[in-house]
Amino acid sequence: MDMRPSSSAPGPQPARPVSAQPGSLPNGPGAAAILAAGVGSLALGIFAFAGDAVPAIRRGFIFWTPTGTLSGVSLSAIAVWLVAWFVLARRWGSRDVNLVRVNVSTFLMLLGALLLTFPPFMDLLQGK
Amino acid sequence: MEISFRDMITVLHGMGFGTLFMLAFSGAIGVIHATSVAGPPASSSRWHVRMFRFYLISMAVLAWLTVLSGAYVIYPWYRAVPPAGTTDLSGYPRSLLLSSPMTSGWHNLGMEWKENIAWLAPIAMTMVAYVFIKYGPQLALHRHMRNAVLTFTAVAFFATAVAGGFGAFLNRYAPVRGGQAIILFQDE
Repeated sequence: MDMRPSSSAPGPQPARPVSAQPGSLPNGPGAAAILAAGVGSLALGIFAFAGDAVPAIRRGFIFWTPTGTLSGVSLSAIAVWLVAWFVLARRWGSRDVNLVRVNVSTFLMLLGALLLTFPPFMDLLQGK
Repeated sequence: MEISFRDMITVLHGMGFGTLFMLAFSGAIGVIHATSVAGPPASSSRWHVRMFRFYLISMAVLAWLTVLSGAYVIYPWYRAVPPAGTTDLSGYPRSLLLSSPMTSGWHNLGMEWKENIAWLAPIAMTMVAYVFIKYGPQLALHRHMRNAVLTFTAVAFFATAVAGGFGAFLNRYAPVRGGQAIILFQDE
């Protein structure tokens, strides 16, 4: 999905969103935080599902034995979220981006995260 | 009147961090909405904005404290494996729940859902706090950003409700107990 900054698009610019009013901050930093939260949430869902479905991944996610697989699932998701936020914030830090696309992508990732952390859905995907 | 050390930490996790976090949601949603539709930045006093920043940061901190204490302090006690031949499973909540088909669902659905979905709350609330700190009343000028912030706040609320609700039931059917007994007060 193309989420290039609107300011870098060639040709005539579409009507600028309300966010581009004089004196307002660019929406890039906020968009980066929002999309990164979606990425982190989806990573959590994928890791939780993978840890549940694949024994090798389950064992690999045991970063700390007392907490078991949950330690790897949670710490890896947090790492993905923070790295995504850092990268996106550097790219979008001073720009306006298309927030509608960011929101749609983020909400789809959030929905995926909610489904993948729901045990009956995990079981359904695994054919249990 | 006494309480076990593990009981006390579980109460701190659920009733201390978790419930405070849960109670703060209605205020957060109300103020984010009110602030972001209030109009130009000058219409909100700096003091109110500063207080609400503090409020959201506190919520994010509470969310992190709740999941970290749950996953890295209480969960190891919950999932401890009993030695072979143990018949009294009261000190091993996970095994106790799985020992009966009448209670295994509390683990297979309740704990398995709770342990993962709970992590969505601190991620969401950290983002919400950051966006509000960055934009404050200017959220009124960013309708789509405001929608995203409110959606994440709602998802964090849902995740916390699932985790908190199942946590309460799990602690009813298989309480995490043990450790040193702490005497709160004693009748003379």
